[in-house]
Amino acid sequence: MTSIITRRRLTFGAAAASTLPILGRGASAQTPLGVGFVYVGPIGDHGYTWTHNQGRLALEKEYGAKIKTSFIENVAEGPDAARAIRQLAQAGNQLIFTTSFGFMNPTIQVAKQFPKLHFEHATGYMRAENVATYDARFYEGRAVIGTIAGHMSKTGQAGYVASFPIPEVVMGINAFHLAARKVNPNFKTKVVWCSTWYDPAKEADAAKALIDQGADMITQHTDSAAPLQAAEQRGVFAFGQASDMKSFAPKAHLSAIVDDWSGYYIKRVKDVMDGNWKSGAVWHGLKEGMVKIAPYNDAVTPAARAAADEVTKGIIAGTLHPFTGELKDQKGVVRLKAGETASDEMLSKMDWYVDGIQA
Amino acid sequence: MTSAMLVSILMTLIAASTPLLLAALGELVAEKAGVLNLGVEGMMLCGAVAGFAVAFSTGSTGIGLVAAAFAGVAASMIFAVLALSLMANQVATGLALTIFGIGASSLIGAGFVGRTITRLQPVFPAALSEHPILRLVFGHDILVYLSLALVAGVGWFLRRTRPGLILRAVGENDASAHAIGYPVIAIRYAAVAFGGALAGLGGAYFSLALTPMWADRLTAGRGWIALALVVFSAWKPGRLLLGAYLFGAVMTLELQAKAAGVTWLAPEVLAMAPYLATIAVLTMMSLGRKTGRLDAPACLGKPFSAS
Amino acid sequence: MLEWRRRREPSALMLLASPLIAIGLTILIGMIVFTAMGYDGFHAVESIFLTPFLEPQRWGDIGVKGAPLVMIALGLAIGFRANVWNIGAEGQYVMGAIAGTGVALLTYDMTGWWILPAMMLAGILGGMAWAAIPAFLRVKLQVSEILTSLMLTYVAVQFLYFLVRGPWKDPGGFNFPQTRMFTADQTLPTVLEGTLVHLGIPAALALAVIAWLLMEKTTAGYAIKVVGLAPAAARHGGFSAARTTWATMLASGALAGLAGLFEAAGPFGQLTPQFPVGYGFTAIIVAFLGRLNPLGIVFGGIVLAGTYVGGEIAQSTVRLPQAATGLFQATLLFMLLATDVLVRWRIGWKRRVV
Repeated sequence: MTSIITRRRLTFGAAAASTLPILGRGASAQTPLGVGFVYVGPIGDHGYTWTHNQGRLALEKEYGAKIKTSFIENVAEGPDAARAIRQLAQAGNQLIFTTSFGFMNPTIQVAKQFPKLHFEHATGYMRAENVATYDARFYEGRAVIGTIAGHMSKTGQAGYVASFPIPEVVMGINAFHLAARKVNPNFKTKVVWCSTWYDPAKEADAAKALIDQGADMITQHTDSAAPLQAAEQRGVFAFGQASDMKSFAPKAHLSAIVDDWSGYYIKRVKDVMDGNWKSGAVWHGLKEGMVKIAPYNDAVTPAARAAADEVTKGIIAGTLHPFTGELKDQKGVVRLKAGETASDEMLSKMDWYVDGIQA
Repeated sequence: MTSAMLVSILMTLIAASTPLLLAALGELVAEKAGVLNLGVEGMMLCGAVAGFAVAFSTGSTGIGLVAAAFAGVAASMIFAVLALSLMANQVATGLALTIFGIGASSLIGAGFVGRTITRLQPVFPAALSEHPILRLVFGHDILVYLSLALVAGVGWFLRRTRPGLILRAVGENDASAHAIGYPVIAIRYAAVAFGGALAGLGGAYFSLALTPMWADRLTAGRGWIALALVVFSAWKPGRLLLGAYLFGAVMTLELQAKAAGVTWLAPEVLAMAPYLATIAVLTMMSLGRKTGRLDAPACLGKPFSAS
Repeated sequence: MLEWRRRREPSALMLLASPLIAIGLTILIGMIVFTAMGYDGFHAVESIFLTPFLEPQRWGDIGVKGAPLVMIALGLAIGFRANVWNIGAEGQYVMGAIAGTGVALLTYDMTGWWILPAMMLAGILGGMAWAAIPAFLRVKLQVSEILTSLMLTYVAVQFLYFLVRGPWKDPGGFNFPQTRMFTADQTLPTVLEGTLVHLGIPAALALAVIAWLLMEKTTAGYAIKVVGLAPAAARHGGFSAARTTWATMLASGALAGLAGLFEAAGPFGQLTPQFPVGYGFTAIIVAFLGRLNPLGIVFGGIVLAGTYVGGEIAQSTVRLPQAATGLFQATLLFMLLATDVLVRWRIGWKRRVV
């Protein structure tokens, strides 16, 4: 059955791609809008790239024959990306999503050569007339799971399996820790850097090392579900990353931060169809539904649930900001004065850790 | 540090070392027969995906393990036909096999992404396998014991048995072995198949035991470390055991050190450590040896033809 | 029963025909397998194998992708001829880029024509220095260079991570782990206006010709080949294996380092953690595709780079997964290696009395 679906897609795709001059079977129909995606990983990673591909599939479901999507996966960040983006541009796509930070310079570069096409770059900071950026406030989700961790942890220690200390990861660690510390003032967060986004066995071993050192809450900013499996095996709790990972660890999985790009993708395609597409910078979170919290595990106590819901509601309502002063870093330097909240600029450059984090 | 914690760290270490040991032991036998197969990573991935797919479909990790071994053998036979029968360069063929394994496993595994299975369970009853101290001895799954038994078995086979002697002769001097009447190519086929089977099992250790799931490139480069370990061991199974556990220890302790709060050291320096350690140990081994010659099989990597 | 018979002389016909047979077989197998998998086999193979070569606007892409592969492979092939197995060109490639970037960061406020040549020199020296370690360990201590060069690759990559995250981080880059963008004087000039074709591409071609002349027309090239084919005879003839190891390792390190610098100062324009993409490993395959012959390597580099470009075309047009392109590349290599046997051997009937 799979092969039938695939085959249908490809005849469709091949016909459209061998492009517009051939007015064969679809001559009467309107030319579908081409939407291209460049992925950094394989769609089979069940992590970051997988979530973007879910967004692409949501587009197909929403618009059916009105659009034609295509993607190039496993694209290395650098010159290969420029080639892949150009390939999609030349293939007649009107709107191209480049879904990784490292695609920033290539996106800008190719966009210059195709001024009539629309480009969307995820997680970057460079824009142009025809290049918009979009990003998700993952840290809002981390504040929610940090609250749960603060309530549920018996040892008062969380283990954080992390990739690289880039601002997105650093602000996630801080947000998680601040939320947990609000519940338990003595809370400790220990970080293990894996120096990789993806190495399941290493991620699992990092989680085990953290558990050995007394952590009973495992959270992660790497791509595989391996840390959750390690937590399940050791009988501690953990949180999923990028998607609901409950199936990997039914007992350990308390909740997850879910990336949901579909809403944004659907909107931006509509903008192009209506001729309303404009460049800009979007940083969406819980409120807009780009970040979601997966259903809680039955093990989550009523108190933890209530507190987590409270945080979610507060963030959505704009009454609560995960980074609110007074805030000191590890060296005791005051980063935010009492009552002050962090600006987006401060967040996007963050390279310091809140007191109580071991990183 | 409590004893329970120490046991726990050692358990992690043993688990991390086992796939390296399995894959490297298979490669050791192949290299002893004079065949350098650099495709270990590719064969491991074939084993990992086949093991998971079959275990998921049948619900039995045991059948999954058998399938993984077969997948490893099947992949190794591509190498054997090219490098042994058609006398292609072994370095290039092995690299091509790795590319093949990455691609094939990704295609086969596409339908299994996001699924999980019950991981390989300890062999002994819970009273022993979950005992806080005794589990260090009795708490492992079948592949841990199998890998240790195989180290002993391969050591005995190579040193004490006649077929083992012949296999070594084929690796040391293929022309003479042929002249005496031994089927050089057939023996090498068998050695490569054995290497494939163990690489397949080593790969399956990831998808069935360590991280019971399938995701692309699940083994993340362990096949290359297995190759390094064979050289490190100077082609001796006992030393291979030591090397695999040493490497597993460095990998595990690196993470333990970070978790324990060694934050003054840049993470990159710790990540370099296992590789620098391997070079250092190799260098020291060479310094300690009077003859200065590594004990590589003399015909390693060279094609053989009867005519 | 069939058996292989050694030819007295390598077959000149087969030397040229065998790659074509291999490509033909790969196309056939690719079409059958892709069709069996439920894809449009014909268009898939067409996209991977023909489109990149038939559409002139893709040639620049092939050149950009192929130039570093060719450059690294040239150095490796010289070593392989002498039985020196440098598997760690990836590390030398990274160290070359790091050394060159070091010069770029030092000269950030300066202008002048000399900056780029200084970066190139640093790139060459960086690659050589990294290759010198396995060379030293092999010559002095008989430690296998296969292993040490491979291990050093991981070290180089971690060193790169350390630099871009720490001391070399772009002060204006939102704390992302990457260096500044290079200035105009630090960037490779493009050769053809309006394309990505940079200086590294003609440089790779020129180096291929030089390497060919070196290997085929000089005593040094002869010595390398003798040391590789018959070490005993080489000793007899006064060719030193140690000196050959040093020379070939340093040469391959220099070429890998220069390739790294070209990549950093060309398509990348900065150093990022994503800089190492495995060119050092892919180049080993290119070296063998080209049968360790410098001119063959140019051909091998073009073919392999073409399949990368084509693989992306196939993804976006026929929805062929990237993994299938990998499988196709592996098949191509298998077929090339398999048909290589025809050059030196032929098939005949074996008579056997039972």
